[in-house]
This record gives sequence, C-alpha cells and structure tokens, in this order.
Amino acid sequence: MSERTIDTDRWKGDLLLLAKIVAATYVGFASLGLVTGVPINEVAGFLVTVTFFAASFALVTLALNLHWGYTGLFNIGVAGFMAIGVYTMAVLTASPDASPAGLGLPIPVGVVAGVLVAALVGAVIALPALRVRSDYFAIITLGFSEIVRLSITSGTLREIEVGDRVYGTGGGSGIGYTPVDSVIPWLFDRPGIGLLGDLLYGIGGLVGITTSIINRLLYALVIIAFVVAVYALLQRLAYSPFGRVLKAIREDEVAARSLGKNTKYAKIKVFALGCGLMGLAGILWMGSRSLVTPESFMPVVTFYIFVALIVGGSGSNTGSIVGGFVFAAFLWEGPRFLRTIARANLDTRSPPTIYDAALELAAFDVMPLVGYFIGSLDEFRWILIGVALVLLMVYRPEGLLGDRKEIAAATDLSQRQGGESDE
Amino acid sequence: MGVVTLKERFSDTTAQEVFGGILVLGIVVLLLDLLRLVATGELSPGRLGSLLWYGIVDSLYIGLAAIGLSMTYSILRFANFSHGDLVTTGAFGGWTVAYLIGGIGAADFGSRLLLDADGGARAGDLGMDILASPVAIVLGLFAAAAITILVALAIDRLVYKKLRDAGGITLLIASVGVALALRYIIAIFYTQDSRGIVASSPRVGPVNLHEATLVVSAVTLIVGVHLLLQYTKLGKSMRAMSDNKDLALVTGIPTERVIFLTWVIGSGLAGVAGYLIVLDRSQITINLGWFLLLLIFAAVILGGIGSIYGALAGSLVIGITINLSLVWIPADLNEVAAFVIMILVLIFKPDGLFGGVETA
Amino acid sequence: MSEQRTRPTTNVDDPILRAENLRKRFGGIVAVDGASFEVERGSITGLIGPNGAGKSTTFNLITGVYRPDGGSVVFDGGDVTGHSPERIANQGLVRTFQIARELPEMTVLENMMLGPQNQLGESIWRSVTPVVRNEVIQEEKQLRERAWETLELFEIDHLAEEYASSLSGGQRKLLELARALLTDPDMLLLDEPMAGVNPSLEKKLLERIHDLQDEGYSFLLVEHDMDVIMNHCERVIVMHQGELLAEGLPAEIQGDEAVIEAYLGGDV
Ligand SMILES: Nc1ncnc2c1ncn2[C@@H]1O[C@H](COP(=O)(O)OP(=O)(O)OP(=O)(O)O)[C@@H](O)[C@H]1O
Ligand SMILES: [Mg+2]
Repeated sequence: MSERTIDTDRWKGDLLLLAKIVAATYVGFASLGLVTGVPINEVAGFLVTVTFFAASFALVTLALNLHWGYTGLFNIGVAGFMAIGVYTMAVLTASPDASPAGLGLPIPVGVVAGVLVAALVGAVIALPALRVRSDYFAIITLGFSEIVRLSITSGTLREIEVGDRVYGTGGGSGIGYTPVDSVIPWLFDRPGIGLLGDLLYGIGGLVGITTSIINRLLYALVIIAFVVAVYALLQRLAYSPFGRVLKAIREDEVAARSLGKNTKYAKIKVFALGCGLMGLAGILWMGSRSLVTPESFMPVVTFYIFVALIVGGSGSNTGSIVGGFVFAAFLWEGPRFLRTIARANLDTRSPPTIYDAALELAAFDVMPLVGYFIGSLDEFRWILIGVALVLLMVYRPEGLLGDRKEIAAATDLSQRQGGESDE
Repeated sequence: MGVVTLKERFSDTTAQEVFGGILVLGIVVLLLDLLRLVATGELSPGRLGSLLWYGIVDSLYIGLAAIGLSMTYSILRFANFSHGDLVTTGAFGGWTVAYLIGGIGAADFGSRLLLDADGGARAGDLGMDILASPVAIVLGLFAAAAITILVALAIDRLVYKKLRDAGGITLLIASVGVALALRYIIAIFYTQDSRGIVASSPRVGPVNLHEATLVVSAVTLIVGVHLLLQYTKLGKSMRAMSDNKDLALVTGIPTERVIFLTWVIGSGLAGVAGYLIVLDRSQITINLGWFLLLLIFAAVILGGIGSIYGALAGSLVIGITINLSLVWIPADLNEVAAFVIMILVLIFKPDGLFGGVETA
Repeated sequence: MSEQRTRPTTNVDDPILRAENLRKRFGGIVAVDGASFEVERGSITGLIGPNGAGKSTTFNLITGVYRPDGGSVVFDGGDVTGHSPERIANQGLVRTFQIARELPEMTVLENMMLGPQNQLGESIWRSVTPVVRNEVIQEEKQLRERAWETLELFEIDHLAEEYASSLSGGQRKLLELARALLTDPDMLLLDEPMAGVNPSLEKKLLERIHDLQDEGYSFLLVEHDMDVIMNHCERVIVMHQGELLAEGLPAEIQGDEAVIEAYLGGDV
C-alpha cells in the first residue's frame, strides 16, 4: 500500500521551510543593503559570508544536537574537539619546510585524519566521563577543552625537534598550512571544470562581483554539501531504533537500561561520532584561513553553538540547521552588516570613551554616542548573544521548532498494516 | 563470567579507592622528589617557601570566590557560570570608587570614572597604592562588595527568579548568557583593553603591603563567614538548605530569604575577591573573572560541592597546585595540572576529596 | 535476632529466581538486611510488607539498579549478582518501577517500541546504510504491529501518539507494564502495578497476568492490596525492616502472628 516513509516526507517539508527562511533573510538583507546604498559587491560579499558561517555553524550544531539534543550529553567542550580536528589536519598537511613543519600530506588525508582523531579522543574521554551527572559532565568537558587550548598554546609543545625538522603546535602563533578552500582554484585549474570557472567569473564580472567572492561562495557550497551529507546521516540515525535508544538515554537512562538497552556503548559511540563531526566542522570552518591559532578555540565558541542549537530547537536536526542559519545571519553577521550600512550613511566618528560621548550628548549631539555604540559593535554582539540565551531559557527553552513531534522510528508508527489506522 | 563480575566491581565500587590510593601515592612521590630537590640544592628553600606563599595567596582569593560559587551550587542547585563575571564586576566597580575618591584633583573625572580607559588617569600619578591612598582603597573594597551584591540581586530578580523551578541545566545555560551579557556590558564602558591600574606595591622590609592587605582582608572575611554560618540562626538555616531544599521548605525556613542572603554573601565575597586580585596584580581586564572561573570550579569540586569549608580546603589545594607544580612543569601548563586534578576528582571521587556533605 | 526468624514452611521445587542473604545500606539505614527467598518458576508470587520494608530496594538489587553490599541473586540457574540492569533484562528478567519511569518527551508508541530486544536498527550502520536499512524498516513495521496490539490490550491505544508525560499516573503504570511485556521476558518483577489503575481495568490486568502465567511467565509482584495478594498469588513473601519475615501460602501468611504484628505495630 502507499506506506509513507517518514524521511522522504519530512525531507521535502523541511527543505521548503529552510528555503523560505533563507530566501526571506537574503532578500531582506540584500534589499536593505541596496536601498541604503551599499555597493553590490559588498552586499554579495556579506551574503556569501552569512552562507559560509551558516553552513559551518549548522554543521557543528548538528553534531551538538546529536550529543545534547538527542542523547542529553551536556558537552560544553565543543571548542576543544574542533581544535583537535583542525590541529591534526594542520600538522599533517603543513609543508615539511614550514615552521613549524608538517608532514606535507594531501588535504583529504588531513581532513579524514582530523575527524578520526577527534572521534578517537572523544571516545577516550567518554569512557570514564559518561558515568557522572550531567552538570559534572559539563564541567569535565569544559575543563578538557581548556586543557586542549592551554596545551597547544604552551611553549612545551610549541617546538618539538625530530631529526633536523622542528614540528609542534607553534604555540600562540599557530600553524600555517594550505587552506582547505584552495580546492576551488585547484579545481578551476583542471581542464574541463576550468571552463565552468571562467563562466562563473564572467557572470560575476558582469554584475560587479569579484572572483574572490565567487571563490568564497563556491567554498561555502562545499560546506553545504557536507551539511547535507551529515544531515542525511543524522536523520537516518534519528529515525531509527538507535535514535530511539538515544532519546531514551536522554529521558531516563535507568529506564532504558532496565529495558535491556546497552546505554553505555550507545553513549560512547554517539559521543565519538559527534566529536568527529565537531572536528570536521572545525576543519571546514577554519578552511578559509591558512593559519590556525589557539585563540579560535576559546570556550565561548562552544556557547555560540549552544545558542544556535537552542534557537533552532534542540532535539531536531532540521532545527539545528535553521538555528545555525539564524545565528549566523542575525546574531553573528547581521550586526556587522548594519554597521556597514550605518557607516555608509551616517557620520559615525567614535569618541574614545563612552564618557566623552555622554558629554557631547549633554550638548544635545546624539551622533557621538551613536558612533560610540557602532564602534562597540563587537561588544554589543556579545551582549545580544547573552541576552538571547537568557530569553530563550526563560521564555522559549524549546526553541523555534521545538514543538514538533519528531518520532524516533524508521517507519510511520501511526500507520498500521491493515490500514486500520485510528482516526 | 567471573572476570566480567570482577571488572564491573572494579569499575564501580573500588575505583574510588584505587583512585584515592594512586592519588596518595602520587602526592608521596612528589613530596619525596621535593625533598630530593631541596637536598640536592636544585630547589632553594627560599624558592620553595615563596612558591608555597604564592600558593596560599592565590588560594585566598580563589577561596573567597569559591565560597559563593559553592553556596549557589548547593542552595540554588546549579553551576553558576556567571560567577566569574561577578568577580570582574567587583574589580571594576570597586576600583572605580577607589579612583573617584583617591584621584580627586589628580586627573579628569571622566578618566577616573572609566578607570583610565583613555590613558588620562595613570595609577602612578594618582598615587594608587595602599600607603598613598589608604582611605580610597579601603572604601573601594567595601564598594566592590556593595556593587557586586546589587548587580547579583538585580540579575537574580531579572533572570534566576523566573527559573526557580527549572532544571540545573536550564539555569546553567541561562547563567552563561548572563556571564556574556554582564562581561560585555562592562566592556562597553571600560573597553576591552587590559591595563595596570594599581601603582606598584610599597614594601615594609620583606612585606609586600598589597599582598598583606589581600591576606588580612581575605582571612577576616573567611573567619566572618565561618562565625556567621556556625553561630547565627541564618547560618544554620543556610546549611540546612544546602543539605536539602525540600526539607528546608517543609520545616519552614523562609527559602526566598535564604536565597537572597546566599546572593548577598556569595556575590559580596566574589566582588571583594576581584578587587583584591587587582590590588595584588595591578592588571585589570574584563576577562579577569572568566579566566578564573574554572579554577574556582575546581576548588569547589575538590572540596565537595555544597561544603563551604570544603571549598576553602579545595582552594588551598588548587592554589598550592598551580604554584608548586612550577617545580616540575612549565608555567604555562600549571592550570592544566589543576584542571586534570579537577577532572579526575569529578570522575572518581565526585563528592570531593574530603568526603562530601551533600546528601541528595 | 534475624537467626530466629520464621523459616519457609513450604519448599520451592523449581526456582526461577533465588535471592540469598541480600544486603543493602544507604548511609545509616539498612534498607535490606539479609533477605533470602525463592520464586517458583511459572508462579505468581507476592512480595508484601509495610512501607519502608525494603521491597523496592530488593527489586533494585535483583535487577542491577543497585549493587548489593552482600548476598547473591541467581536467575534461571545463572548468577546475576551485580550484573548491569541491561544484562539482566536481556536474560529475561524485566521489571517495572513503583513510580512509573515512562520516557516523558517520547510518545507512547515510541516508549513501546523501545521494548523489543536486540532490534536490528539498534546498530548504527544498519540504520544508516541505504539498502540494509530496508530490513530495519521491515522489522519496525512488525514491531509497530505488536506495539499497537499490546496497547489495545491495555486499553491505552487511544493515547498512542501522545507524549508519555501527558498520561495520568495509572496510565503510565499501564504503559510501563505493556512496554515491559514487549521485551519478551521470562519473568516480570512488578512494583505495585495496580496503583492508580481503575478497578475495572485492574480486573482485566489481573486476568492478563494469569493468561501470561499460563503461557509460562513468572511473576514477582509487590502489592499493598491484600485481596489481590490473597486471591491471585500462589505464594507470598513478607518483608519487614529489610528482613524476611515470613514466606508461604497466602492462607499461612494470613494467620501468621509475626506478620500481623508487623502490619499492626508499624502503624500501617
Ligand atoms: N536511594 C536511597 N537512598 C537512601 N535511602 C533509601 C534509598 N532507597 C530506599 N531507601 C530507604 O530504604 C528503606 C526501604 O525502602 P524501600 O523503598 O525499599 O521500601 P518499600 O518496602 O518499597 O516501601 P513502600 O511500600 O513504601 O514502597 C526506606 O527506609 C527508604 O527510606
Ligand atoms: Mg516500594
């Protein structure tokens, strides 16, 4: 009979929902930018940056959703696992002649190894740590991510001499390596694909968009391809008996165990898988740079991901992607875009301190204060993220898509064989 | 089958004892090595003495902050990630008051108000040390407590009060939001620049007077908290509540009042801790408390969450660890040592090194 | 004192479960203090005792939720002392809880689908690999059928798509029992399964338990309702203050001085 399979049905609906949100956002930002006189190249650049961050955040958020949304593992050491992935890749792929030296392996090998090492480290941490209460687990994972960051910053691991080469993490100044996004120009150097490249660059030239933006867009599309693959993987996982066990662990582990489910192995597997995906996300996120430093993995990175997850609705893969996008567009890049607009249209000289701005306010000149606030945009962005987190916890802990019932089963449970479905 | 049973037994019941044994063994080995180093002259007794002294100094301000974290953990039942930023609040608030009082005439009001954010109020020019401006610095200390308490109470009213019945994880996440918002609100006023705002400490003989001020203030406060908890009715009800909130509700201890006082005492001490850290180190930055937070957690966990005396003992362990470990490991890994100990304790001895009072 | 306790008057021929000298203390409280008893294969055995007697703790010790401080548990001829709950459940010894442990943010059907053991789709690779996944889907369809049938049997099929958290206390107990049945156990330990269940359904439930007994299931049942115990159990075990007070046929227990004393003395 016409048995609905859940995945395919949800697929279309979710894709449509996501497309609507993305389109509305892009049209909104673009028209705002163009109306206020921002050059088209800058508008395009902004939208590409949003796309890049949205895809990167979506990927990590999916991984965190597997940990926390599905299984209830309160991992606040996300930054540490991302760091492990990126540093593994950097050490493996950096040129042997660089300082610090790398092994000079091809990029795909570095990416795979980064993911595997992050997953492996996750499994090792999981073995003992998954026995403890969730708030203790949180502190353990945060402590772990700080241990990772402090260790790669430390002078001890900065330079390690092996033979006549100096390897190491490079301490605070990091490791240089070939950026992952160099695959795009590399591809365009191939005979056939090169034509496509020329075509795209040509179109870009006509509307006034530079090749570097087109390259960035193409790299963002590469990340999106990874997001799609990971989403498909995680949806299958979520809509399966294994996903059901994960949810049961989140809800009541003792009950799950009393039903004969081996929750320990499920937790270790899922933790390792999620950590591997975090490593992957870190690699792709850092992929547009040629240098990785410990500063990129401050604990606060983890909390971006939490905001994204909670915005979208933890426990939903689609929600994770929506959350990653909303976070990137509105909390992460949006404020910068508004600053660009403000700078293009207003006299926004910024007085050195808020006190000076206030003094001028006393003389009925608001602009210095406005200028100061625009200059303090980074701080405002943090405040916005903090306030968003608080408001979500107080008023909508279930997030935007939180009220959806996503049933963990490989088939539609409400349909019955004989078609005698109730009501 | 017998093997499996043995293995499971091992991982559950005796792991703690094994861990305890290894820990004791490790400490003994390190002590012996210390003796060896001193005996062979590789480590001078003077340096050993000063490492221990720094350990004690560090443990005092960590301890002040840890008391409050431990109290909120046990009474409000969540890990408060904004506690570090209360420390920062105390540092900025208290020193602003000290600058406003101590620097009159020596620099612009605006520069003093924003703690030299524009470079117009140098600590040296203002005479910001304990001998040149004793009144300003002491008043600043009180202001640090008062301002932090007000901020903490306002946050409780705005955020945590609405989440009284929520789970620990919900509160934890909300507290992360509070931490970010609070820190960057401070940054909007004072800027993100790290700067020295205390003049170098005057000395009397070998005694560093700023350090002495820190030690005297911290010890006084700790003794005060001890007397409060031990001998007042309020202290007793707080201890009752940290043991069992439901029980406390039934037996009629006014919970909201106890929560109020928890914030007053906990945040007041945290604010003073921040103020004293700046007095000792001279540097101030908006990340002051956030960077300290994990060490404070480590202290609380080592001492057993919910136990105030445990938190103090845990602070001593952490303070000594981050300083004495310098004998063996480089300075930029000393916090790693502290965090490793914290994680091992959480895994193997979750009720703390000293047993634990929490009964839930 | 425990040495002079009433000893079992009847013998169990073919025990499916044997607890020996079980002991558990929580801080200062000795919750179970050397309890020993046997449960006959294929029987419905009652476990009674005043509040705080240690019945639920005994269940927890048998099913691996708590690790006993002493003593042993033998199930179906094998020693399961100190084994993990999942291992014990997988051997066919499944329990329900006094306060039902439904999985609140999962629907009733999802809860039910957790019951069946060793599902193909509990392996990651089977769930995600394109062709292999079809087997998982087929199995899910079969399990779904069983889940619906069992829900109908317990008359909670109209709640199938609600979150378990929206069920009443009695409905949760039914859900938990129904879910436990889907694990295909050999023996069920039921901790006050009738609490909060309405009388007409209680009758059906007892009938269902007898049906299952006929199919070869064994039951150990904690119940405060003496009528249920006296009319439906073949054997009764009485606990008091963590110790075994008496054991025997319902009629014997009814007249036992020590039992009456325990129930009257401990103001219940
Ligand atoms: N996790 C625990 N921690 C501390 N004490 C416990 C714990 N579980 C049970 N107890 C104590 O052990 C004793 C036995 O409790 P148990 O729940 O086994 O009794 P019970 O016979 O099931 O009672 P009821 O008929 O009320 O369900 C009680 O005094 C109880 O307070
Ligand atoms: Mg009970």
